[in-house]
Amino acid sequence: MRSFVRFCLVAAFCVGAAFAAPRCARADVFAGLASGQFDTVAQAITELAVSGSPQAGAVLGALEQHQLFFTPDGGLFLRDGEAYIDARTGQPVATSPEGLAAVRLNNRVRKALAGARAGMDLFSADRAARLHAATTLYERHDPAALPVLQQALSAEKDAAIHKELALAHAATILAQPPADDQLAARIQAVAALRATGGLEARGILAGVGANESENAQVRKAAQEAVASINWRLRAWSIGQNAFYGLSYGSVLLLAATGLAITFGVMGVINMAHGELVMIGAYVTWLVQQGVRSAAPALEPVSLLLAIPVAFCVCGGLGVLIERGLIRFLYGRPLETLLATWGLSLIMQQAVRSVFGPTNIPVATPGWLTGSFALGGMDITLNRLAILVFAFLVLGTLMCVLRRTPLGLEMRAVTQNRRMAALMGIRTPRVDALAFGLGAGLAGLAGVAVSQIDNVSPNLGQTYIIDSFMVVVFGGVGNLWGTLAAAMTLGMGGKVLEPVIGAVSAKIAILVLVILYIQRNPRGMFPVRGRGVES
Amino acid sequence: MNRLFPSTSGAQGFAGVARMAVVVLVGAVVLAVASLLPESSPLHVSAFTVSLAGKYLSYAMLALAVDLVWGFAGILTLGHAAFFALGGYAMGMYLMREIGARGVYGNASLPDFMIFLSWTKLPWYWWGSGHFLWACLLVLAVPGVLAGVFGWLAFRSRVSGVYLSIMTQALTYALMLAFFQNGFGFGGNNGLTDFKDILGADLHSPVTRAVLLVITGVVLALALMLSRFVVAGRFGNLLVAVRDAESRTRFLGYRPEQVKLLIWVFSAMLAGVGGALYVTQVGIINPGEFAPANSIESVIWVAVGGRGTLSGAVLGAVLVNMGKTVFTAWLPEFWLYGLGLLFLVTTLFLPKGLWGCLNPPPVRRQKTSRPRFPARKEMRHECAKTSGNA
Repeated sequence: MRSFVRFCLVAAFCVGAAFAAPRCARADVFAGLASGQFDTVAQAITELAVSGSPQAGAVLGALEQHQLFFTPDGGLFLRDGEAYIDARTGQPVATSPEGLAAVRLNNRVRKALAGARAGMDLFSADRAARLHAATTLYERHDPAALPVLQQALSAEKDAAIHKELALAHAATILAQPPADDQLAARIQAVAALRATGGLEARGILAGVGANESENAQVRKAAQEAVASINWRLRAWSIGQNAFYGLSYGSVLLLAATGLAITFGVMGVINMAHGELVMIGAYVTWLVQQGVRSAAPALEPVSLLLAIPVAFCVCGGLGVLIERGLIRFLYGRPLETLLATWGLSLIMQQAVRSVFGPTNIPVATPGWLTGSFALGGMDITLNRLAILVFAFLVLGTLMCVLRRTPLGLEMRAVTQNRRMAALMGIRTPRVDALAFGLGAGLAGLAGVAVSQIDNVSPNLGQTYIIDSFMVVVFGGVGNLWGTLAAAMTLGMGGKVLEPVIGAVSAKIAILVLVILYIQRNPRGMFPVRGRGVES
Repeated sequence: MNRLFPSTSGAQGFAGVARMAVVVLVGAVVLAVASLLPESSPLHVSAFTVSLAGKYLSYAMLALAVDLVWGFAGILTLGHAAFFALGGYAMGMYLMREIGARGVYGNASLPDFMIFLSWTKLPWYWWGSGHFLWACLLVLAVPGVLAGVFGWLAFRSRVSGVYLSIMTQALTYALMLAFFQNGFGFGGNNGLTDFKDILGADLHSPVTRAVLLVITGVVLALALMLSRFVVAGRFGNLLVAVRDAESRTRFLGYRPEQVKLLIWVFSAMLAGVGGALYVTQVGIINPGEFAPANSIESVIWVAVGGRGTLSGAVLGAVLVNMGKTVFTAWLPEFWLYGLGLLFLVTTLFLPKGLWGCLNPPPVRRQKTSRPRFPARKEMRHECAKTSGNA
């Protein structure tokens, strides 16, 4: 019984389609398919469904798969592996026919095909097929599909598909020629499309709004709806840019916190910080390789394993650098800068010698790939994870600075080194640990960066100048300053980007920071007090 | 070496600087003459060597400029290559216009890259670029004005130490990004190149190259003497006072920001002249010259040669660049190791540089003539850190 109803509906749809296109009326639809003319084939596809032929599904499926062939004398055959089936009878043919040529597709034929298939699929048992059919009909909004849509609307139980069908229904109503007796339905349809938003709805509504023969009330509603959708799209695109900005800001935050700590505690700028980030990314890769060969079962969590390893490796390197180099340059911050620059060149070249100059493929675990839609925004999981990770790191760091003895000592040394030393704090030890902590944070940044950027020996150079800007902009000795600066620079860049272009946005940000520092030489959150000169 | 350059009055004493100027001059003239000898002569040097020597001497100008601000005013600049490149671009614009109708597209009034961008007329900032004197003026004015604006803003608000270094780095980075853009009007990625003539003389002929080398030598020697004149007198004393105790100098009634600004602008102009000389002899200027790494490299030339010793900067620039030429041809992948080690060794073990080691200052201390490096002591750390210009 149900199948009969469906059959009737599909037939009705197709009759409607045939009626809407008056150039048809061909006795043998199979001859139309075999004509070799795109327009005629497109007509015939619609007619084929009208005919209610039991072959319709198989023929349309074969056409989609490029398995439908015709002969010059009007024969039409489906290919099934090596064998051929006569499309008219559904019987296999004994010998393969002469002069076979494939029925070719162009966009017009494909559209007709998609519409015909969607009408048939609306009652499919497969949920995905129904959803796809509803979406297709929404995109096509062919007036002929109206009856079948109405029936499907009342029969559909699935909420998501029902919603899509309602949209398709609204779009189809608007696609019909304007008639005064349908005024209420059309206004309702405009409201439905306005509520959903999106480029598709905007296109349909703009067409309605521009239609001279349309009722003035409907036109006005449509024009208002277009304006409303435009506004919403713009708001979402701002939201999307803000997300990109937050994401870039979180990367900057990770890269800059370590730098800010060493700068705050020791007054030195570590030019090799970018290279420590790069080494963190390489450690991530090494951990992934190790896990893959030693314990393949743990592979999805190898990234989590890399976090402590990268922290320890880079932190250890940091302590080594401090003990082996920096402490000999106490009191000469500018020369420390030069020495660490030299160190960064050596580290870069060393990594290049060991791992080669090309990018290495750091894997992204399955649970971090993909994205989800939040309203009109597209949120990628890896960027979201980095955002969360950056804030976790910042929170942990603040706890360390506020709640642990080491943090207390570090804060004391930051505020007044001499007084701290007089109170019995071993400042050289604090220096070494602070430098190690800063380097370890660089390692964590490396793990994060490896998920969104190319990992090559030049990785550190990409982030180092921006990280400096963050530290200088934010001010020393205050992690809130670093946070505010990282987010300001990240967001500022991404918000300016669509307006003036990526490179110009970067230049503008650099110039703005330079000018800002002239006004506030100690950054946004300067340290105040007697320990600070001038 | 020590006997060759006996120093009587400190590292940048008149005699030492004058001797360096003479050595530069003689070296340039000898190379220039040797390049004009017939190829069969055993003393003949190739055109390549001449252009290399010209490059080294141009870099020496840059090093001299860095030494003036870092060695005497305590401003560690990480962006001086920007002024160098701007001077180079100013001269490059003139050389571009000299090509005239001999370019690929044969347009007499527009350089090739503008036709490639389908521009129909010169942008306003190329006005006058066809005149050599205007180009010379720009070589001095563009770096001078930029340095003036940047320095006035920075020194007035007392940005100093590491902050200032990072700012200069940001400046050159921003300029590099800007010059990389095609729409900026300076040839984008490729920069300015393919020059033919200067003042009607063929840039590829050996005589022009020899003359250019001699001119570079003369200009460098003059710059050395001029710098020595600037830092030797009362102004030089003031500079060193600002470097070593800025607040104290201010309390004595001087204006440290004006002192710094003067030397900063002078130094930027010197760097610009160096860039102009560079572009005539190397034959290309592109945005890569603005790269922050270049600026930092020029600082290491000064550190190797000896900070605060004008002659040392020249020596350091020539030596390090010769080393680079040899190294990159011989063991290309080890050059970065070498350069990195140079940074480490110089800062750790050679704080006074080669010149400082070769010319130890006389026993009698002369306050104006010796850079002071704070001893490594915990107690000094605090004051040096916060004053930020040690």
